[in-house]
Amino acid sequence: MSYDVPHVPGEPEAESSSSAGPGFPLWEVFVRPSRGLNHVHVGSLHAPDAETAMQNGRDVYTRRQEGVSIWVVPSAAIHATDPFEEEAWFDSHKPYRHPTFYEIPDEVGHM
Amino acid sequence: MTPQERFDALIAGDEKVEPRDWMPDEYRKTLIRQIAQHGHSEVIGQQPEGNWITRAPTLRRKAILIAKVQDEAGHGLYLYSAAETLGISRDELQDMLHTGRQKYSSIFNYPTLTWADIGAIGWLVDGAAITNQVMLTRTSFGPYARAMIRICKEESFHQRQGYEIMLVLANGSAEQKAMAQDALDRWWWPALMMFGPPDAESTHTQRAVEWKIKRETNDELRQRFVDATVPQAHFLGLTIPDPDLRWDDESERWEFGEIDWVEFWEVVKGNGPCNKERIAHKVKAWSDGAWVREAARAHATKQTRMEASA
Amino acid sequence: MTQTVDSALRSALFTYLVRLGDDSLVLGQRLAELVSWQPDLEEDIAVANLALDHIGHCRNFYAYAGAVEGKGRDEDQLAFLRDERDFLNLVLCEQPNGDFGQTMARQLLFDAWRLPLLEALRDSADAQLGGIAGKAAKEARYHLQHSVTWVVRLGDGTQESNERMQAGLDFMWRYTDELFWGDEVEAALVAAGMAPDPASLRSTWETTIGDVLDRAHLRRPADPRQRGGGRTGHHTEALGRMLPELQFLQRSYPGLEW
Repeated sequence: MSYDVPHVPGEPEAESSSSAGPGFPLWEVFVRPSRGLNHVHVGSLHAPDAETAMQNGRDVYTRRQEGVSIWVVPSAAIHATDPFEEEAWFDSHKPYRHPTFYEIPDEVGHM
Repeated sequence: MTPQERFDALIAGDEKVEPRDWMPDEYRKTLIRQIAQHGHSEVIGQQPEGNWITRAPTLRRKAILIAKVQDEAGHGLYLYSAAETLGISRDELQDMLHTGRQKYSSIFNYPTLTWADIGAIGWLVDGAAITNQVMLTRTSFGPYARAMIRICKEESFHQRQGYEIMLVLANGSAEQKAMAQDALDRWWWPALMMFGPPDAESTHTQRAVEWKIKRETNDELRQRFVDATVPQAHFLGLTIPDPDLRWDDESERWEFGEIDWVEFWEVVKGNGPCNKERIAHKVKAWSDGAWVREAARAHATKQTRMEASA
Repeated sequence: MTQTVDSALRSALFTYLVRLGDDSLVLGQRLAELVSWQPDLEEDIAVANLALDHIGHCRNFYAYAGAVEGKGRDEDQLAFLRDERDFLNLVLCEQPNGDFGQTMARQLLFDAWRLPLLEALRDSADAQLGGIAGKAAKEARYHLQHSVTWVVRLGDGTQESNERMQAGLDFMWRYTDELFWGDEVEAALVAAGMAPDPASLRSTWETTIGDVLDRAHLRRPADPRQRGGGRTGHHTEALGRMLPELQFLQRSYPGLEW
C-alpha cells in the first residue's frame, strides 16, 4: 500500500536525532529462489545475531515459497564500489569479448 | 560532470538514484520523510485490522486477516530498510514516530467498529493505496522503487479479500447488509482524504514531481480512485454516502462532493478519533519490549567475546 | 480413514483429532493476540507466522475430525459453536501470554512436546492422520527452533531477562505433566497403531528441555502440584475468557456466511 502524509502548513520539518538507542545491527539478506540459481539480494533487516537474522529473514522474505536457502551478511561487512567511478570501472568496451562481434558465414552452420 | 549535473542527468534519463550516489540534501530529506512516513503507515496499519483478528468470524477469515496484517508489518520493514540506506537508523525512525515528529497516514486514526470495517478497509483503503502504488514502482530512488515492486506483488490479495468480505455481507442477512452499508458510510470520506489536500494547496508536490519521487498529483489519483470504486459499490448494491455524486458524460468521470477539509487537517494534526491510542499502543509495545532487545544484544555480545577468545 | 466398523475406535479417533485441533486453535489464538505487540517488527512477523501455522494445523485436524464424526460438522462449527466444557485442549495452551518471557516459556514447553508427537504420528496406521501430522511436523520443527533461540537469549542475556524467563517457566511448569497423560482415548489409538503412547514422549521432551535450560542458565522449576484436565474439558479460568472473543460473531449471528 502507498500512503502520502501531507505536510501541515506552518509546521517545521522534523530533524532526526541521535538520542535513539543503539539498536540491533543491520543485516543484508540473500535468498536462493531454487536449486541451481544464485542467491539474490532481497533486502535488509535488524537482528541481534546471525541465527536470529536467518530466522527473521525466512519469516520476512520467504512467505510466498520464494526460497530454499538464505544467506545473511552484516551490512558493515559489505564493501561497495564507488559510484563516482562507475564509468571508469564499468564502461570499458571490449566488443571482441562478445560472440556477435564475429562474422561467420551461414554455410558453416551453427558456431 | 559535477555531482549535481550527474544527479540531474540520472533524473532526466529516468534512471535510478542509488544509496551511495551524490544527491541534493533536500532530495535526501524529502525521501527520508516520505519513505519513513510510508513505513510508519504500514506499521500503524496493523492496529485497526489487528483489532479484529481474535474475533474473525471463521477460521479462513482469521487466517487471511493474520496474513494481511503480517504483510503490513513486512511492508513497513521493507520501507524502513529503504529509508536506512539514506542514513537514518531504525531506532531513530521509531523515535520520530513515537514522538510525533514523523507521521503516518490519517486513515489509520479511525476505529474499526464492526467486522464489516475489515471488508471496507481492504476494499477502500487498500484500493486507494494501490492507486498510488504502481506509480511509486517508477520512483527515482532505487531502494524505494524496489521495495514498492515487492509490496505491489504482495498487495494483490489485500484488496480482493476486503471486497470479498463486502460481497458476502451485502448478499447476506439484512443485518449483514446493514453492517456493510454502515462501514461504507464511515470509511468512504476518510478513504478519499487519503489522497491528501487538493493540488493547489499541496506544498511538497511540485518538487516531489520534479524529482520523480511522486509521479502523479493528489487530485489525479483521487479521481482515478473514485472512478474505479463507484461501480464496485453499485455492484454490491450499496449506496455511497455522497448526495452530490453524479456521472458527468462530458468528462466521463464521477463528480463528487466537497471533502470536509477541516476534519482532514484536524486528523492530520493529531485530533482524530484514534491518534492517541495508535501511538500509545506502539510506544507500549516498544517500551515493553526493551528488556527483550537488551537481552538479545547482551547475548550477542557474550557470544562474540566467547568466539574471540576461543 | 481406513474403513472400520468399530465405532468405539472411530469415536476415539474423533476425540483425539479434536484434542489436537483444539491445542492448535487455542494456542493460535493466543499467538494471534500478540501481533503488533512484539518487541520489534521482525518478531511481529514471526509471531504471525506461528499463529498462521497453528490455525492451519487446527483446520486440518478439524476437517478430518468432522469427516470421522460423520455428522456434517465443519471446521467453523467445531471452532465457534462448542462451549468451554467441550474444548479438549491442554490447559498449557490456554495460559495467558503475560510478558515475552512467559510466552516463550509456554511455547518452548509445548513445541518440545508437539514435535516428537507429530513425528511419531507420521507412522500412524491411519494414513490421513499420518499425512496431516507429517505436514505439521515440518512447521513444528521450525517453531521449536524459534522458541529455543529466544529462551536461550533471554535466559543467557541480562539479569532481568533471566529473571523474567525463569518466572515464565515457573508459571507454566505446573501445566506440563498433562502433556504425557493418556486415557482410554489414547489407549484405543495406541492399540490400533494409530498414535503413540503419550508417556513415551516424555524422555525426548525432558532431554530437549534439559539441554535448553542448561544453555539458558535456567533452573528446572520445583515440581508443584500439577494441574491438568483440559483433555476432558476441565479448564482453567483463562479459556472461559478467551472463548467469547473468539466466538462472538458466530454466536450473535447464527447460521450465516462470512
